[in-house]
Amino acid sequence: MIEFDAVRKQYPDGTVAVERFDLVVPSHRVVALVGSSGSGKTTLLRMVNRMVEPSSGSVRIDDVDVRSMDPVRLRRSIGYVLQAGGLLPHRTVADNVATVPLLEGRSRRQARADALGLLERVGLDPAIADRYPAQLSGGQQQRVGVARALAADPNILLMDEPFGAVDPIVRDQLQTELRALQADIGKTIVFVTHDIDEAFALADEVVVLRAGAEIAQRGTPAEILAAPADDFVASFVGAGTARRSLRIREIDGRALVVDGDGRPTGVLER
Amino acid sequence: MNWLSQNLHIVGQLLADHLALSIPPILLSLAISVPLGRLAAGSGRLRAPLLTATGLLYAIPSLALFVILPPILGLPLRSGATMVAALTVYGCALLVRGAADAFDSVPEDVRLAAAATGHSRWALFWRVELPLAGPVLLSALRVVVVSTVSLVTVGAVIGISSLGTLFTDGFQRGIDASIVTGIVLTVAVAFLLDALCVLAARALMPWQRVRA
Repeated sequence: MIEFDAVRKQYPDGTVAVERFDLVVPSHRVVALVGSSGSGKTTLLRMVNRMVEPSSGSVRIDDVDVRSMDPVRLRRSIGYVLQAGGLLPHRTVADNVATVPLLEGRSRRQARADALGLLERVGLDPAIADRYPAQLSGGQQQRVGVARALAADPNILLMDEPFGAVDPIVRDQLQTELRALQADIGKTIVFVTHDIDEAFALADEVVVLRAGAEIAQRGTPAEILAAPADDFVASFVGAGTARRSLRIREIDGRALVVDGDGRPTGVLER
Repeated sequence: MNWLSQNLHIVGQLLADHLALSIPPILLSLAISVPLGRLAAGSGRLRAPLLTATGLLYAIPSLALFVILPPILGLPLRSGATMVAALTVYGCALLVRGAADAFDSVPEDVRLAAAATGHSRWALFWRVELPLAGPVLLSALRVVVVSTVSLVTVGAVIGISSLGTLFTDGFQRGIDASIVTGIVLTVAVAFLLDALCVLAARALMPWQRVRA
């Protein structure tokens, strides 16, 4: 369980990234912090592993204030997935995946064996273990980033725009796989994104943020889509747009789902 | 060729002296410049004064440096140690800025990713920053290698023997073969040490080869 308790972040130059933020992220749940740039979502994420220290308030993991923990040990105990993978360009895929075990002094042989298993787990061919990140596609780098985050078997995964740098087809694929993986491993996941569709696709609970990390609405994807709290949330989720206004049209006895422009998006199964 | 074959053992001795005077200052300036360069790169306030001060060291005339260093360091005037110290000063003058640029070339997002995955400051330096600074550091080091090998010959003027002794001797005694041998071997040593640096870098930075 991760608790944000009245956290505030003001930078030395006076800009306030986070006004005052409270949130409880229950264990084994996936929570998405959604907002446009400047909403403070990444700042919030980085408070969890002390990459950013709050100006006031506290962040607690299982009732322990993160400020009482050694930042390096804290970060090794939390998986962190960055945009575009955030891989070390001078390390092979296997060494990248084994980053934390190697830092912890695990033997090279054991770390490598574990890394190969993790590569398979995220849908990669272990044959790429000795390549360097520059030799991989964007989607492959992202998978390696997920494998690295899982290497220390952390309870918590933080994901910062995890699939922002890959093309839409690969993104869909990665989202589907992450859902399958999460069904299996049940981590506590906090991820930030500006893409409401990604939030709806992955999260159990979505927190929509305004500037200064003010919570505009929180709820399940269904709750938010069914009843946007205000105009800000409505426009953020695209309520009322052609894409979100689906209707059913009968064609040859089958129920076709069409959007507001009449373009078919799928078939209704009954 | 006749002169060379008759003086082979002297030339060999001078070559060995030359290497013994070139390699230690190269390694010493690397060892001193890397931490100073990292310090300069990491600090907005220290950067300008540190780089300006070390850069100005290069403006000290070499003969003056040979005279002022021994009393400061407590070394005898005409010794190899004085030579090594003076060349280390020049090496650092060139290399500190190069090292600062090298650490600046480490991408900020990689540094951030490394910190977020739990690298301590020490691990960040050794495992991430130093290797990634490698290519730019190598370019700066190669200049120092060649310049040091060439500067060693100046010592011959104050009687510190090296391949430079072949020029001073050759000029005084009018032996062209001696002068030519000195020049050719100095260039050859510079070339050889430069090639060694490049080979070592290839072995140490295997990821550089797959970029293309």
